[in-house]
Amino acid sequence: MGGWPVGEVIVITSGKGGVGKTTTTANLGVALAQLGMKTCLVDADIGLRNLDVVLGLENRIVYDLVDVVEGFCRLRQALIRDKRLEGLNLLPAAQTKDKTAVTPEQMRQVTDELRQEFDYILIDSPAGIEQGFKNAIAGADRAVIVATPEVASVRDADRIIGLLEAAELPPARLVVNRLRPGMVRKGDMMSVDDIVDILAIDLIGVVPEDEQIVVTTNRGEPAALTQGSRAGDAYRAIARRIRGEDVPFAEIDDRTGFLSRLRRIFGQA
Amino acid sequence: MLNLFGRNQSRDVAKNRLRNVLAHDRADTSPEFMDHLREDVMRIVSEYVEVGGQGVDVHLQSVEDHVALVANIPVKQLRRRGRPSNN
Repeated sequence: MGGWPVGEVIVITSGKGGVGKTTTTANLGVALAQLGMKTCLVDADIGLRNLDVVLGLENRIVYDLVDVVEGFCRLRQALIRDKRLEGLNLLPAAQTKDKTAVTPEQMRQVTDELRQEFDYILIDSPAGIEQGFKNAIAGADRAVIVATPEVASVRDADRIIGLLEAAELPPARLVVNRLRPGMVRKGDMMSVDDIVDILAIDLIGVVPEDEQIVVTTNRGEPAALTQGSRAGDAYRAIARRIRGEDVPFAEIDDRTGFLSRLRRIFGQA
Repeated sequence: MLNLFGRNQSRDVAKNRLRNVLAHDRADTSPEFMDHLREDVMRIVSEYVEVGGQGVDVHLQSVEDHVALVANIPVKQLRRRGRPSNN
């Protein structure tokens, strides 16, 4: 499988709120920048700005996305360069406006301008399927869908897949977030295969449930910034897959445990 | 798969509920979906039977733990040989 060409705009979306879109956007941005890619993260959740705090950049905002589209500043002035990591940039959302402050056409103009300068542009989509979502996908070349192993999340992901197809984007790729392999083995959580089977889209990553995400989000330092967390490793693996590397899923595959192998031998899996 | 207490594993319950709800969601969110399905079913069925006109009904229905495609098609008479177009 080839990588995703540089200059592409990738929207991170899910339909359902609270499944980890913003965390995924922040960590993929970090991981792509670590691979030497000039990366710009765009917070498209106007009125509910979050990506800045997840990245720990909230104190450095001067202008935002709405200021750019309304012509109060140049795009370059609104970009925040992350001093911890060369190549990582944020275009923050406005906190005081609402989603109608930007149109899909304006969003397309912003992403087209960003394309000139960056290798990857990641758009953090708001939850829902209304205008905020439409803005987020307007300038996107591809989509990553984040879903957790829950009925409501997978259901909403299915709806989003339909809407992305209708918008004529190429087939979206799936991140299964907050997987708990132990619960899957006990039969108390849907497996990655279950979800992939139901949604019929290709997987790009599996992120295990990891308490480190809470800790790193408290500090405003995305898990992928430092070594040593399982979630951070998972995000780095996704970034490498985006770059076209063939990174095996095996380490977090829930079917590799000793017990589940035994179960398969006895034909119960 | 049943657990020690004879209950379905919640993983399987979740999968079943999802398959159910998605069948309805997918049919509902695409207005042409059921129309196309109905037209195609009718086209094939009419190769075998003469359809009785009124009261054709093709829809999805939840039955216990699965979704059924239910078709109620009044039949005027069966054709002498099926699939006439292939002869």
